[in-house]
Amino acid sequence: MLLSLEPRGQHSRLMLWCSPLLAAALTLACGSLLFIALGHDPLLTLHTLLIAPISDGYGVSELLVKALPILLCALGLAVAYQARIWNIGAEGQLLLGALAGSAAAVHLIDWQSRWALVLVLGTGTLAGALWAGLTAWLRTRFNANEILTSIMLNYIALNLLLFCVHGPLKDPAGFNFPESAMFGEASRLPLLTAEGRVHAGVYFALLALVAVWVLLQKSFIGFQIKVLGLDKRAAAFVGFRHKRLVWLALLISGGLAGLAGVCEVSGPIGQLVPQVSPGYGYAAITVAFLGRLNPIGILFASLLMALLYLGGESAQMSMNLPPAITQLFQGMMLFFLLACDVLILYRPRLNLRWARRAPATHVQAGAL
Amino acid sequence: MPNPIPIPTPMPRLQLHGISKRYPGCLANDGIDLCIQPGEIHALLGENGAGKSTLMKIIYGVTHADSGDMHWQGQRVSLRNPAQARSLGIGMVFQHFSLFETLTVAQNIALAMGATAGAPQALAPKIREVAQRYGLVLEPQRLVHSLSIGERQRVEIVRCLMQDIRLLILDEPTSVLTPQEADELFVTLRRLASEGCSILFISHKLAEVRALCHSATVLRGGRVAGHCRPAECSDQQLAQLMVGDAAQWLVDYPKASGGATFLTVSGLSWANPDPFGCSLHDIDLQVRSGEVVGIAGVAGNGQDELLALLSGEQRLPRQDASRIAFADQAVADLPPDARRRLGQAFVPAERLGHAAVPELSLADNALLTAFQQGLVSHGLIQRAKVVALAETIIQRFAVKAAGAQAPARSLSGGNLQKFILGREILQQPRLLVAAHPTWGVDVGAAATIHRALITLRDAGAAILVISEDLDELLHISDRLAALCGGRLSAQQPTASTTLSEVGAWMAGQFDRPHSPAPALA
Repeated sequence: MLLSLEPRGQHSRLMLWCSPLLAAALTLACGSLLFIALGHDPLLTLHTLLIAPISDGYGVSELLVKALPILLCALGLAVAYQARIWNIGAEGQLLLGALAGSAAAVHLIDWQSRWALVLVLGTGTLAGALWAGLTAWLRTRFNANEILTSIMLNYIALNLLLFCVHGPLKDPAGFNFPESAMFGEASRLPLLTAEGRVHAGVYFALLALVAVWVLLQKSFIGFQIKVLGLDKRAAAFVGFRHKRLVWLALLISGGLAGLAGVCEVSGPIGQLVPQVSPGYGYAAITVAFLGRLNPIGILFASLLMALLYLGGESAQMSMNLPPAITQLFQGMMLFFLLACDVLILYRPRLNLRWARRAPATHVQAGAL
Repeated sequence: MPNPIPIPTPMPRLQLHGISKRYPGCLANDGIDLCIQPGEIHALLGENGAGKSTLMKIIYGVTHADSGDMHWQGQRVSLRNPAQARSLGIGMVFQHFSLFETLTVAQNIALAMGATAGAPQALAPKIREVAQRYGLVLEPQRLVHSLSIGERQRVEIVRCLMQDIRLLILDEPTSVLTPQEADELFVTLRRLASEGCSILFISHKLAEVRALCHSATVLRGGRVAGHCRPAECSDQQLAQLMVGDAAQWLVDYPKASGGATFLTVSGLSWANPDPFGCSLHDIDLQVRSGEVVGIAGVAGNGQDELLALLSGEQRLPRQDASRIAFADQAVADLPPDARRRLGQAFVPAERLGHAAVPELSLADNALLTAFQQGLVSHGLIQRAKVVALAETIIQRFAVKAAGAQAPARSLSGGNLQKFILGREILQQPRLLVAAHPTWGVDVGAAATIHRALITLRDAGAAILVISEDLDELLHISDRLAALCGGRLSAQQPTASTTLSEVGAWMAGQFDRPHSPAPALA
């Protein structure tokens, strides 16, 4: 091997900060090459992808609206992933939160009191938590792999939602479209600005951000979750309750995803539709890892992911770039970010072996 | 007695010149010279981390030296892999065996030999013949999982002897053997040497090196600290070569008799759900406050199972709760944290991955078991107190570490063990259970750990030490017992036992006055 990686032995502080910058530079360079090869002006394309979407107030508000559900889901996932519980079910937990919240909102459609909103949000959060609780129960009771169960529950959640939106929750006055009735004003999240669609869900996201940060960085529960994830034997040795921690991590994870779902339907959408989520729950998995399971890192990563969503859309519209190209660009960015992280733990070394190979005679087998 | 010392010849079997090997952050071997004559039993002595393993891996072709030359029977060689080393006639018995448990002895040997094994039916008689020639009892058709550790080691040795062997490397071969088994091994090795095979014997047990080896090379900190004839050196001189300053090492601790019984284990039996694991049968044990009780035994005779039951990682159902008691309080059904609240502290056998989380800092690892000592308030970690505790441990127990934030895995074995022991001792336990407290630890750290245990004993704590190192147990424990096949011998005052008596217990020869004799079939 010409280039080899040597373990550093411990984290490099410098690389912890430099690796995202290096990844950004590599992405921009390779992205430019890609766009040149396709016959587009690289600077213009990059501008359309990364700068144009947030060049005005409306763009910024759209960025926040998109980032919000990703952030909430990813924060929850970070808690589960710290315990090495691979919850892939944020999408399903989000959909079920949206579904249950919508069911509550449709029943409370005539309420004028603000308590309606509280009930709707509470129902959604609880539903998401319970949906994740199914995974926790299967894991702790039957030792079923949570990756498989949570993925399968995603499809069940999606089909439940489709069933309800085509059946029990369909708006009777909706010309047979698969949509619920528009929620009552009392169960809608208030907008924060006159322009744009930013809604009060931002406060929940900030609150969740602080709460998860305290949980993971400051609390003893978070410490137990971390130990469970790093070293199950050590956790058992000091008597941390394995099952209880699995339940807790999954309930938090599911609750936050459910909150993300119910914020979508009672915020920007205002009713239950089949396409509540364009895959926020899946994007959140990437975001959680991009942010290195650190709440602050996740905040930035979710903004970046939302920007890539928006940029992809605007490049399709204004430059006629096929969606595959923008996805390729997104993939490239994620690849470089994760690849550069290797440098945090490893030091690259050029091996010029031919230059210093000893002139010793290699004894052939059986020569002696 | 050792064989006559081979006369230096112009063409030694193996000669190393200036072997150096650098790993990230450490110079494992620094200009090492070594010369082994045909028929010589040569000891490679040194503390853990002195560079013994690296050097033998270089000789066996597992790793490659950065610089230096190796001459094999006068010819310069550079080994690329173990297969090439084997083709030269170099064989190696590792400390951890690489055997398939579900295969027979013959199948394992055939696998290791590859194409040279020949027809399977011809192999078994050949194994029998080789084993007999060197006084090793081995049945080729037995399945490996049914063999004891000592027998498994014989499989590894016979595997090496099946080829035309000229240099046999043994890495701490006696660490898994009873004293009697070790003596049998020495007979085999002497016979091999008398036939002209060179032996490189890696060890840190001075007595056996003196009994077996013609010459010794002592490594310290990656360099050769000296060459000597072990038969002509005292323990003190050898230890001095190994650690530099051995004055504090050979201390004799006065034996204590203890006060009231704190830990009582009575009639403890436990059926292991693992078919290859060891079950416990009717174990009786008392540890008094202010005494050290040592439990000897070869690994795999129920130590892990007993430790898990004592720590609370394995709990008994409520009706059996009184099988283990702390000063009359039944605890066998309590989880580890509840037992810690009752005054237990625990040092498990594995430092990384059991006693400490490798990735976490020393501060976090201090919190790991000391969290009931006022380090958590309202569910939040009192970070300043945690760091202060870690720093106290580092300072009080002379732990060499970059600080409280250094990850546990960055410490050497001895330093991490001092930290773990310090963490438990500073919680002022009434009972400390320590498994293999100085396993793989250098002589200096072992002395510190022993002193700390004795100080804790003198402060009135009950201490139970489970170890494979008989010398250590004789050194620090006030009463001794041995585990064999999941049964525990009666406990005898150390002062009134002998090495051979404990050796017999380790082999399962002990009377059990407390249990009825098994009915005759």
